[in-house]
Amino acid sequence: MSAPGLAIPFGRDGSSRFLPALTLLMVFLAGLALAAVMDLERALARWDESLTGTLTVELPAATGPNDKSLDAALAVLHAAPGVKSATPIDSATTMKLIEPWLGTSLSPADLELPRLIDVRLDPSRRTDLAALRAKLTEAVPNAVLDDHQVWLDRLAHFARSAEITAIAILVLIGGVAVVSVSFATRTGLAVHRDTIELLHLMGARDSYVACQFERQALRLALIGGVIGLVLAAAALLALSQATNAVAFLGDSVTLLPALHLRGWNWAVLAILPVVAGLVAMATARLTVLTTLRRLP
Amino acid sequence: MVRFENVGMRYGTGPEVLRDITLRLDAGSFHFLTGPSGAGKTSLLRLVALAERPSRGLVSLFGEDLSRVTRAALAPLRRKIGIVFQDFRLIPHLSAFDNVALPLRVAGVAEAKLRDNVREMLEWVGLADKLDAKPPTLSGGQQQRVAIARAVVARPKLLVADEPTGNVDDAMALRLMRLFEELNKLGTTLIIATHNAALARGFGRPVLHLENGELAATATARAAS
Repeated sequence: MSAPGLAIPFGRDGSSRFLPALTLLMVFLAGLALAAVMDLERALARWDESLTGTLTVELPAATGPNDKSLDAALAVLHAAPGVKSATPIDSATTMKLIEPWLGTSLSPADLELPRLIDVRLDPSRRTDLAALRAKLTEAVPNAVLDDHQVWLDRLAHFARSAEITAIAILVLIGGVAVVSVSFATRTGLAVHRDTIELLHLMGARDSYVACQFERQALRLALIGGVIGLVLAAAALLALSQATNAVAFLGDSVTLLPALHLRGWNWAVLAILPVVAGLVAMATARLTVLTTLRRLP
Repeated sequence: MVRFENVGMRYGTGPEVLRDITLRLDAGSFHFLTGPSGAGKTSLLRLVALAERPSRGLVSLFGEDLSRVTRAALAPLRRKIGIVFQDFRLIPHLSAFDNVALPLRVAGVAEAKLRDNVREMLEWVGLADKLDAKPPTLSGGQQQRVAIARAVVARPKLLVADEPTGNVDDAMALRLMRLFEELNKLGTTLIIATHNAALARGFGRPVLHLENGELAATATARAAS
């Protein structure tokens, strides 16, 4: 005599093979979508952090050796309250910034490059940007003060859109999982109709039969979920390597934000198979109870 | 124990398969239910086994009017009924032991408590050496004996058997009927459907005879006596 197993012979119907494969796919896709959501949050915070507290002043190209506009702008900046430093960016650095687009064959003399000043603000003090902008244009007409807000806003908008899309994908995956488990459970109920009626006639409560389906759904979803998680982790690690490689090219230029998941991100991803198991379990229970209610 | 008054039954919106059935099975009685194929024997047994609800009339079981019993309260009533099917309805992936133990597990009996009970039942039907055997490895007669052990393991007050000897040879049929007689002597009320009128007559028990969904008057009178 072995330990009591499930009374319903689930091994004999196709849903037993279908559910793990389905959960594998769901957890894999959900893992990627969730990783995207978490990494976008981190990237957005990083962009915000790196750009907050900095300004860039752009001056028209020098008109000649006697052009004093750079000194005038620096004087305004150094005198402004809240400005910690103002450092002109030399033409060599500017050339390096545009090198990925224009190549190395040009020299600064060939181009009328605007002059840039990198401004750092003191985070402990408030800086009146409107007043600073007014003083700058008064000292140097055509000077442009860029506080990166437009860029940051666009980045934030992009990140939020991508996040909403990823969350929508997650919700969609959850919905598809519920519908699929419900379908598989209904198939199981039809396949095992005779055994279920037998249990029913023996006086089994609906919850007893539901428990059998729940246990089976949980077991299959966990098997598929764990494999899906392993595959998702492998894909994320490969993606991380790939984005790091792209970020490394060109030194200062990153075409893609490097994918970098932290410890707690991995912990959240590790919960996915459990969530999938619980969703499968709850769906199976609800489906069985709803269906059995039709029996006398 | 079982009381039917003017009971009718139909499946869905189909025609009535049972009409104006009135009968009474007293506690400890032993009835045969006979009739040709399609007469309604299985439908009548399904009503008695609480597998169906009547479309009309009164059905009373264990003193309870079923029209007043909630769906949830039917489960405990079903545990007082044992059922034997013609096709055995054993669960093929479970051992003989686990098949017989099923009604007790369904009722929530602890594993430690049910073991002796299940062994005793399998001994009673002469299958003490087949505890671990899976149904597909057993003969038809052995499978039906496992099914009988399963039907009686929870000590039901009422045993319903639908053509229990239909798939076994005559010698085995006689052996199974002797088991049913033993059960009846222990106080279990029995109703056994069979198309084998000779077998039913041979045991000298009251016979309920169904024709076209109606109980033949003489048989009903005998049943109520």
